[in-house]
Amino acid sequence: MAYFFYQTLVGQILLMLLETLAVLVPLLIGVAYLTLMERKVMAAMQRRRGPNVNGAFGLLQAFADAIKMIVKETVIPAGANRVLFLFAPFLTFSLAMAAWAVIPTGNGLAVANINVGILYLLAMSSLGVYGMLIAGWASNSRYAFLGGLRSAAQMVSYEVSIGLVIVSVLLAVGSLNLNDIVLAQRHIWFCVPMFPMFIVFFISALAETNRAPFDLPEGESELVAGFFVEYSSLAFGLFFLGEYANMILMSSMVSILFLGGWLPPLGIAPLTWIPGPLWLIFKILFCLFVFIWVRATFPRYRYDQLMRLGWKVFLPFSLLWMIGTAGFLMATGLLPHMGGVNS
Amino acid sequence: MMAQLVFYVFAAVLLLSASMVISARNPVHAVLFLILGFFNAAGLFLVAGAEFLAMLLVIVYVGAVAVLFLFVVMMLDIDFSRLREGFQRYAPLGLCIGGVLLAELVMAFSNWRMAPAGVVAPLAVQPGLTNTAALGTVIYTHYVLLFQACGLVLLVAMIGAIVLTLRETATGRRQNIGRQHARTREETLELVNLPLGENVFEQGGFLRPKGSYYEIAVPGSYGAGEPEKTETEEKGA
Repeated sequence: MAYFFYQTLVGQILLMLLETLAVLVPLLIGVAYLTLMERKVMAAMQRRRGPNVNGAFGLLQAFADAIKMIVKETVIPAGANRVLFLFAPFLTFSLAMAAWAVIPTGNGLAVANINVGILYLLAMSSLGVYGMLIAGWASNSRYAFLGGLRSAAQMVSYEVSIGLVIVSVLLAVGSLNLNDIVLAQRHIWFCVPMFPMFIVFFISALAETNRAPFDLPEGESELVAGFFVEYSSLAFGLFFLGEYANMILMSSMVSILFLGGWLPPLGIAPLTWIPGPLWLIFKILFCLFVFIWVRATFPRYRYDQLMRLGWKVFLPFSLLWMIGTAGFLMATGLLPHMGGVNS
Repeated sequence: MMAQLVFYVFAAVLLLSASMVISARNPVHAVLFLILGFFNAAGLFLVAGAEFLAMLLVIVYVGAVAVLFLFVVMMLDIDFSRLREGFQRYAPLGLCIGGVLLAELVMAFSNWRMAPAGVVAPLAVQPGLTNTAALGTVIYTHYVLLFQACGLVLLVAMIGAIVLTLRETATGRRQNIGRQHARTREETLELVNLPLGENVFEQGGFLRPKGSYYEIAVPGSYGAGEPEKTETEEKGA
């Protein structure tokens, strides 16, 4: 059995497929229940009940929504670029799925434990903008186009500060491997010494996933629904799934970079009994809760304020922090040596 | 075998998309083919074992540079018939430039020989390093001056771009957030006492802003410093 999976070509391909499914199936179920969690949590914050008709506590609501979406008619607007119009949601969805290949859910437990894992994540999240840009352009609609342009400018701006925050974390780790990043937090999670960067990263993650209060690309009060105005049925569904999968991805990035990934909080007995993947899921859930909490609490930013926050506040601050981190590590001799993978 | 096959697939798609970049009629399609080209180049880097360069190519070129390309090209309203008009007029110049480039390419390739395998001098770095660390060791030690010179060139380009686009225009209202936060209620609002039965609008309302917008506007922004207009408005209020 082991010989078949590890030595033969067919076995390796089969193993890869199984590993992929083992990540994607829980992810998609997670997305389904994230929509329910969002509605329930927001309802509780606004003193309502939220969905409670389909199944106990509305547990089947997400599936009812999915079936409703699938049976709707796919409308392609006249004058739209058909190929690109259908390609955009597909791209958004597949990029959101592809990024999950490198997320470690336990020590060395990832589909692909690659040397440049964090760069891969950064690359995949920076590609997400194409889905929106192409959707906005191919729809041949003013609202969609404006939404696409907004999202492009917004995501490019906030990627810069995300990149700088990641660099300051990497300075303390000495490796680009996600597994190493988690293992480097054995003694103390990075959210303690780098608390301001944790906040900057979290807010940038909100902007990167187009969540409230930075949901200007889809600002319904001025742009109807932004870049996906013209989408219906499954094409819309793919955008929706991609967006929520990106939220979970960003939450897991926050957990891995700052909250110690799969590591238990203190490393003492009763906490270490809970397996690593569960800890990662708890931390992701915590981040997602804060995502929803922010949405229920804050009003939407104006676009110039959003740009100001990104370029005039976060960028200089994270650059300064990065230089400070490098200086501190150099001065105290704590700079990690060029470590190999998982050393 | 597998690696070679992957190499040929990436290389073929790269060449195909590169040729589509210059032959596509729609500029947006051309940019999208350029992005496909970048992707396949990144794939070739991966096949060669340079995963750091591959990721950097995707992050920098695909994730940032090409987004801005696409951003600009999408906003252009290109009229293709007008684009062809100047073809005959500019053809000689284009041919000249193309000819010079072709001659240079021929000269370069005629003197270029593929090094036999194993002759390529590997850089002297410690074995067992990941290629990110190896690249870092070389760039920040042997080539640190060149690296910093690159940084300076980019800095100059950045300053140039800012100087070209920064314009002090009289239109558009600028926001001074510090100033907004610093104001108090006493400074901004005044309570107007109104005799019973008087028209609200003639008296200026109950709680109105002190002075007009033109007085508190940031100097240089739209509407700032227009005393005559302010006078009339004050009278009307």
